[in-house]
Amino acid sequence: MAYFLQQMINGLTVGSMFGLIAIGYTMVYGIIGMVNFAHGDIFMVGGFIAIIAFMVLGLLGITWVPLALLCILILGMAFTALHGWVVERVAYRPLRGSNRLAPLISAIGMSIFLQNYVQLLQGARNKALPPIISGGIEVMDMGGFAVKLGYMQIVIVGLTIVLMIGFTLLISRTSLGRQQRACEQDMKMAWLLGVDVDRTIALTFVMGAGLAAVAGLVWLMYYGVIDFFVGYLAGIKAFTAAVLGGIGSLPGAMLGGILIGLIDTLWAGYFSNEYHDVATFAVLVLVLIFRPTGLLGKPEIEKV
Amino acid sequence: MTATAMTTTAMNAAAALPLLQVDHLSMRFGGLVAVDDVSFTAMDRQITGIIGPNGAGKTTVFNCLTGFYKPTVGRLALSHSDGREFLLERMDGFRITQHAHVARTFQNIRLFPRMSVLENLIVAQHNKLMRASGYSVFGILGLGVYRRAEQAAVERARYWLGRVGLTDRANDEAGNLPYGAQRRLEIARAMCTEPVLLCLDEPAAGLNARESEELNELLKFIRDEHKIGVLLIEHDMSVVMRISDHIVVLDYGRKIADGNPEKIRNDPTVIRAYLGEEEDETLPPEVARDLGVRG
Repeated sequence: MAYFLQQMINGLTVGSMFGLIAIGYTMVYGIIGMVNFAHGDIFMVGGFIAIIAFMVLGLLGITWVPLALLCILILGMAFTALHGWVVERVAYRPLRGSNRLAPLISAIGMSIFLQNYVQLLQGARNKALPPIISGGIEVMDMGGFAVKLGYMQIVIVGLTIVLMIGFTLLISRTSLGRQQRACEQDMKMAWLLGVDVDRTIALTFVMGAGLAAVAGLVWLMYYGVIDFFVGYLAGIKAFTAAVLGGIGSLPGAMLGGILIGLIDTLWAGYFSNEYHDVATFAVLVLVLIFRPTGLLGKPEIEKV
Repeated sequence: MTATAMTTTAMNAAAALPLLQVDHLSMRFGGLVAVDDVSFTAMDRQITGIIGPNGAGKTTVFNCLTGFYKPTVGRLALSHSDGREFLLERMDGFRITQHAHVARTFQNIRLFPRMSVLENLIVAQHNKLMRASGYSVFGILGLGVYRRAEQAAVERARYWLGRVGLTDRANDEAGNLPYGAQRRLEIARAMCTEPVLLCLDEPAAGLNARESEELNELLKFIRDEHKIGVLLIEHDMSVVMRISDHIVVLDYGRKIADGNPEKIRNDPTVIRAYLGEEEDETLPPEVARDLGVRG
């Protein structure tokens, strides 16, 4: 029981990170119907920007942890969002209106480019960060097994919840969110009503990249290491999460992320550490067979 | 009826200024000439009907006006009452709505089906809202500036909902409305962009007699109370003849006649092209429509 609880806590933490990345996939898919395969690498870039920001702040002597974290959060989101914007501008916007496969290939190219770009600038070796937030609370002690809730885990889950609430409000309440939903449902018509569709799409990329930056930062702080290839698997898992929850649905992305996190951790905790990726993707296959639209996705009804 | 219609026309004509001037508009798609050297003027505060048999190029004219197509040749000049002039053929589609204030509806309904009725109308006002919300920064923070702007947007939306009789459906999903109500909502949404020129592509299509009567009233209200120009493509003669101040007739992409309804009704070229050899005013609209497929 205690072991299970511990695994749940760990799974929830990992799942939050997948969820944050998955939102970027699902939003971009929702608005332009394209899978942005470079998104995982944007997440990796976010991690690297965070590690650079940590060093710069260290040099500047800002060491009070809450302040430093806030600075890094803002800097990381800003610079990663800039990467997201540039990727959209350079690799996807010129291809708008062409064959659906073209931006997909362009995305894969962008993914390879970003990996190499970081590898060249930062080197191929792991970058490590000493733990900044350590320790935790002992939730309970059952028969010699202490269930621990790390402070870092609290920070990750708390940050994710805050961002999710902010994000839901942004989409449902503000004019920008309304524009995004309008573009999602009928881009041409939104354009005719005076919506600057290109800008709305660019902002969608910027927001997705901003959330990926947060994921990159907490990933770095949770695991303590990052390398230029980390975006590949994390990106694919987050994409799986988005599909699992129903691609195009924001709560679906979050739910999918948490489920993927839990499956991953529970498999590793109860069976073997070796096949946890396989387990994750097996669940995806099962969901797609029995519920192709994902858990929260609405089936697309085509009128004849 | 005809006498009163004539007086309103005369009155409007006296007050009217040219709103839209279409000069030598041509649109070619490869070898196909969809619109061939069409010129006409639509007056401010008037309803200008564009009629013609199927495939005459009416919708193509609209597509040029709203930036869907770049005309092959031609000048589309829109004059605002404050003297500013916009050359629509040089503008990007969303800027035509944003700056030149041209709004349009489609033959087939294009609402945002999974948004509420009210939200459909608020999306149409997003330009002002975006500015007021500091590109959403103030919006998230819930600052007063944004809330006031949003309040104003909601009020305008409610006003139009009342006008088209949908006040009690405000929170329903737009996709769930009955057909006639969706048509009216489309017009309300177009009006929420505060246009100076409203382009309606067959707004009466699929409406029953009563709904089509309500539509007439709505269009007259828009013309008389909101003092804007309306450009109307319509097959339903009972609508076009009764509410248009001016009619432009297209056939095979060319303009074949131009004038007030009385003149058009008696124009032999129009009768030949549009209604067959003989004019019959008592023809029910469906028959007239069928005759539109040239005999």
